[in-house]
Amino acid sequence: MSIVLSDISKKFGDFCALDHINLEIPQGELLALLGPSGCGKTTLLRIIAGLERADTGKVLFNGQDMTDEDVRNRGIGFVFQHYALFRHMTVFDNVAFGLRFKPAKLRPSEAIIRKNVKELLALVHLDWLADRYPDQLSGGQRQRIALARALAVEPAVLLLDEPFGALDASVRKELRLWLRHLHQNLHVTTIFVTHDQEEAMEVASEIVVVNKGKVEQKGTPSKIYDEPHNDFVSRFVGQTNVFHLEKDDAHWLKSAGIVFDNPQGVTAHVRPHNISVEKQINGTESAIVLKDWQHLGAIIRLELVKDSANGAGKTIYAEMPNDAFRHSALKRGDKVSLFIKHAHWFN
Amino acid sequence: MHAIVQPSTKPLTSNPSTTIRSALQEPLWLKITLIAIALGFIFLFLCLPLLIVLFHAFAKGVGAYWEAILQPDTLAAIKLTLLTALVTVPANTLFGIAAAWAITRFEFRGKSLLTTLIDLPFSVSPVISGVIFVLLFGMQGYFGEWLRDHDIKIVFAIPGIILATLFVTFPFVARQLIPLMQEMGNEEEEAALSLGASSWKMFFKVTLPNIKWALLYGVLLCNARAMGEFGAVSVVSGHIRGLTNTLPLHVEVSYNDYQTVGAFASASILAGLAVVTLVLKTLLEWKQGNR
Repeated sequence: MSIVLSDISKKFGDFCALDHINLEIPQGELLALLGPSGCGKTTLLRIIAGLERADTGKVLFNGQDMTDEDVRNRGIGFVFQHYALFRHMTVFDNVAFGLRFKPAKLRPSEAIIRKNVKELLALVHLDWLADRYPDQLSGGQRQRIALARALAVEPAVLLLDEPFGALDASVRKELRLWLRHLHQNLHVTTIFVTHDQEEAMEVASEIVVVNKGKVEQKGTPSKIYDEPHNDFVSRFVGQTNVFHLEKDDAHWLKSAGIVFDNPQGVTAHVRPHNISVEKQINGTESAIVLKDWQHLGAIIRLELVKDSANGAGKTIYAEMPNDAFRHSALKRGDKVSLFIKHAHWFN
Repeated sequence: MHAIVQPSTKPLTSNPSTTIRSALQEPLWLKITLIAIALGFIFLFLCLPLLIVLFHAFAKGVGAYWEAILQPDTLAAIKLTLLTALVTVPANTLFGIAAAWAITRFEFRGKSLLTTLIDLPFSVSPVISGVIFVLLFGMQGYFGEWLRDHDIKIVFAIPGIILATLFVTFPFVARQLIPLMQEMGNEEEEAALSLGASSWKMFFKVTLPNIKWALLYGVLLCNARAMGEFGAVSVVSGHIRGLTNTLPLHVEVSYNDYQTVGAFASASILAGLAVVTLVLKTLLEWKQGNR
């Protein structure tokens, strides 16, 4: 199901949670609503679900106006941040809930319900837990049961609120990929909310960056990362070094390779992997010192300090592949020269 | 329920040659004294009165006890007490659920005022609440004339007793439910709605099972108070024997008439009710703790 949000606004008292949001989500997309906490992303998700009403604007499903439609009739599946499993019911009854409480005309027979629930539990690889109660499950298992329960009613849209927020790191990594693959199999339009840019990049096919109730940018993970539209997106998605043309030493920036011919703004954002670092062999004109480095697996992060005129050292982060680092024979305290390969310009 | 966790680590400064005891351990003599004081207090103020009630009730034998209970006035008082409880308990159960729902699930102006108002009957003396009804519905009251013209009797009649009891007992259920429902949040209910359940099904299949023990607990307390209420009912009832005397009032009237056996026999019923309530309450607490 395709979703169109037009001009959605929502206020809580004086606080503007959503400010004229316009968004189009094609059928079958796996979309992440990404933003810092309190940016309005969960409110937006709840408005799509019908758990919350927008003050203004319209919600269209497949071109049909759903703005005033009750959550029950929207054909959505919602997975809550803390799972919201029915604590007094077994896993089986939890998953069967949506089927058992359909209106009498649409309700399948108990035998079909049993078959469907078993299939869903198999889909989430938890068929052996059917008779357990939610408080006997681990976080990751609860998460998957919550997903199976939402899928039981065959929703046209699947909405997930911080689906991996309450899980520990290793389970989170595993479930992210699992969700992506599940989506590739089911192909149901899926929207999930997250504050974790890494999670958004890894799972989603399309990312919407939200900040202070506004959409900052919408695009594929590569677009968002490689071509951030503005200062906020560039800072929020991935790491970045910020250089001010006026405040920083322009002479130094020029020598580091930043092109000044046609500056498109006053600040240059440089990703750590777009800075190449070389050990300085002769001369002492460079004021940049390798302060520290961290081993992050395939890459090494270098912490560089540049002495500035007013004394406060500015820290610059650079990244290089593991083997290149070994090859360069850089040590802590070495004087280095930098070359900036690529920068984004903002005002 | 909070378990008290005893610190397992020893004080760093403790000298190994002295006997090491945890910070929460007291000397034996202190323990025994404290326990003795507590038990002595309970015996003196709770158990002894109960025993005296039973002693006086059966002072002239079991026959006299039954005779006192089977007196028409006593039976009428029991009936009226049951009727009062039968009307007020369900009414306040419904009200309690509705109020708890409104307070925990909706945002609205005056919410904190409503929360405070629910506690009003706890903070107002029951006698005052009785007087309020007399001032409203009595002969000289605001609605007195109108009620007389339409031949409706409230004060010094059963409706007055029920109204006064309703007022006094209305916080019990709501007070039990509000903290629980606040703590549970409404995600499970939203989940039920998103899965297509109707509001009624959501309530009976999701909300009610989650709150049922707290609800029963509140109903139990409400019932105990409804049957035992004295002050407010005393003001509005008019003490008409066989007509507007509830059990607590009947105890007082009999006692004042020097019918010791009758007074204590009725009192023993109330005391028995209290014991049953306590046992059920303990059971419910145990059930709740075991969930």
